Amino acid sequence: MEPRTLFQKVWDEHVVVQEPDRPAVLYIDLQLIHEVTSPQAFTGLRERGLEVRRPDKTIATMDHSTPTLPKSLWVIDDQAKAQLGQLERNCADFGVELFALGDSRNGIVHVIGPERGFTQPGKTIVCGDSHTSTHGAFGALAFGIGTSEVEHVLATQCLLQRKPKTLEVRVDGQLMPGVTAKDIILALCAQIGTGGGTGHVIEFTGSAIRDLDMEGRMTVCNMSIEAGARAGMIAPDETTFEYLKGRERAPRGADWDAAVERWNGLRTDEGATFDKTVLIDANKLEPMITYGTNPGMGMHVGESMPTTDSFDDPSQRAAFEKAMAYMDLQPGEPLLGQRIDVVFIGSCTNSRIGDLRMAAGVFSGRKVADGVRTLVVPGSHDIKKQAESEGLDQIFKEAGAEWREPGCSMCIAMNGDNLEPGQYAVSTSNRNFEGRQGKGGRTFLASPLTAAAAAITGEVTDPRSLLLS
Amino acid sequence: MAQFTTLTSHAVPLPAENVDTDQIIPARFLKVTDKNGLGDSLFCDWRYLEDGSDNPEFVLNEAASQGAQILIAGNNFGSGSSREHAPWALVGWGFRAIISTGFADIFKSNSLKNGLLPVEVSSDVYKALLEAVQLDRSTKITIDLPTQSVTGLDGLEATFPIDAFSKHCLLEGLDQLAYLLSFDGQITNYEQERT
Repeated sequence: MEPRTLFQKVWDEHVVVQEPDRPAVLYIDLQLIHEVTSPQAFTGLRERGLEVRRPDKTIATMDHSTPTLPKSLWVIDDQAKAQLGQLERNCADFGVELFALGDSRNGIVHVIGPERGFTQPGKTIVCGDSHTSTHGAFGALAFGIGTSEVEHVLATQCLLQRKPKTLEVRVDGQLMPGVTAKDIILALCAQIGTGGGTGHVIEFTGSAIRDLDMEGRMTVCNMSIEAGARAGMIAPDETTFEYLKGRERAPRGADWDAAVERWNGLRTDEGATFDKTVLIDANKLEPMITYGTNPGMGMHVGESMPTTDSFDDPSQRAAFEKAMAYMDLQPGEPLLGQRIDVVFIGSCTNSRIGDLRMAAGVFSGRKVADGVRTLVVPGSHDIKKQAESEGLDQIFKEAGAEWREPGCSMCIAMNGDNLEPGQYAVSTSNRNFEGRQGKGGRTFLASPLTAAAAAITGEVTDPRSLLLS
Repeated sequence: MAQFTTLTSHAVPLPAENVDTDQIIPARFLKVTDKNGLGDSLFCDWRYLEDGSDNPEFVLNEAASQGAQILIAGNNFGSGSSREHAPWALVGWGFRAIISTGFADIFKSNSLKNGLLPVEVSSDVYKALLEAVQLDRSTKITIDLPTQSVTGLDGLEATFPIDAFSKHCLLEGLDQLAYLLSFDGQITNYEQERT
């Protein structure tokens, strides 16, 4: 047999039908549902008189518009309330398991999937959410879909897909202290741009990827979509199995052994080729930060922003000027020392226990700078409990940060957690688009270390200056 | 799904690159439970001023844009979130086709399921069409799906790619779920073989 990539193996395993000149009928092992992108799909099922084909391969959560204020079920408005209510009804009517608001297993869709062991190597996983790429960290083929496709999967457990191309992102070397998984993926976005991976599935390879724990791998795969890629994947290994073993929905006993044997085959064969390869030298990476209005507009935290002359292409120059105007920043200037108003630590990118530990390490024994509002939002109730058992919540609170209930929160600003017009935030989330964190708000994307450092100093800061002191 | 065969219309020029779906429709409008009525929120934060009145500087508010069914937009249009609300909002406003040098994957897939045709052209063709439209906003562009061609002024003509299945669905106004459902037997076999 021809040597195959990891992607090709998972793809081949899931093709139900491939007719000539038609997209493949691809079987989906797991669909994750949330309140925002599913209502119209269930309406479609009702209109056609269809059932959910495999409720046992479908799970739902509430996360996008849920409140994060402690001990309150206050939902931002009637519309959000109605949407949450509709999800509850849809799940009840169609027999879909729901981790509703208030359930101890509730959390961000891309956090609870792996946490509960639903996410497993070799699976095809979809969700009406572009950050579904997160699950690729386990060697799953996982990607975001639109609501029409949510309906397709509910009805048939399949999707019509054209085979994407493959892009290897090889990250060799070793990360220096203060440099994290988030910096790897922000560096990739800066290197290839937000359209650089369009039409491709990324496989992340190399020693720096192998050295990451599962949370770091999830952070990397999560933002594959920010480089334009459909999905990001990392071949499963002992780190993966170690993470999964004993999780609620992971296989057990003899099933576990059989699964591990199968999963061990999920790696790119020697001699298999990718359509494209991009190299990143981990030794040379530094803490990254974005300065503009898409995740590709990033740089080392200590660098100066580009000047208008840096862009030969007139439309890129125009995009840069537009971004600088929105951000109200001066081209060519450094960002270090830029005053900030808000720090957000959370989102499906960076809300896991390791992220919170990193941030707490910076907050410990320090105070948030005057005038800076800092939100720490764990990705799930499990993470919240874990953090509290380690006393991290106390560290955050003593520093002057707000310790919140789980949810998407200020990453998408649908639930009332948002920036005010003109405010600057350092955020561990994934998108710095205009208005993403609140109308008129301005976002600098960075790692939990860099975000925490900014909270302490009140300005954009190289986190290594606080780690060393 | 609405059929798409041939479209002749004036166009709205929006040369910004990397227009993301948060710009097409901000997240605060995603709390709806149906697909209709999103046209009013299209490009909301660019289109309206603080007091809710039209921003006269934004191209969609110009008189010459009214009734246009074609949008000409910069590279990597529709990047970011997977929200199908983006094509719903574009179609809700009246667009049937978008001409660009490149589209984000999920946006493209969503558009094709809503009778909104992504027309991918070379940067030379994009520039020529954009310039013609900016010079004279009444310039008519014709997009012909059977021949996969786009025609502007002065004999400018180019072809664009589209996969055979999406083309077939658009020409016939077919929705893809009906096609998928026809494989019920094979899907059942697949499920049985794997368990």
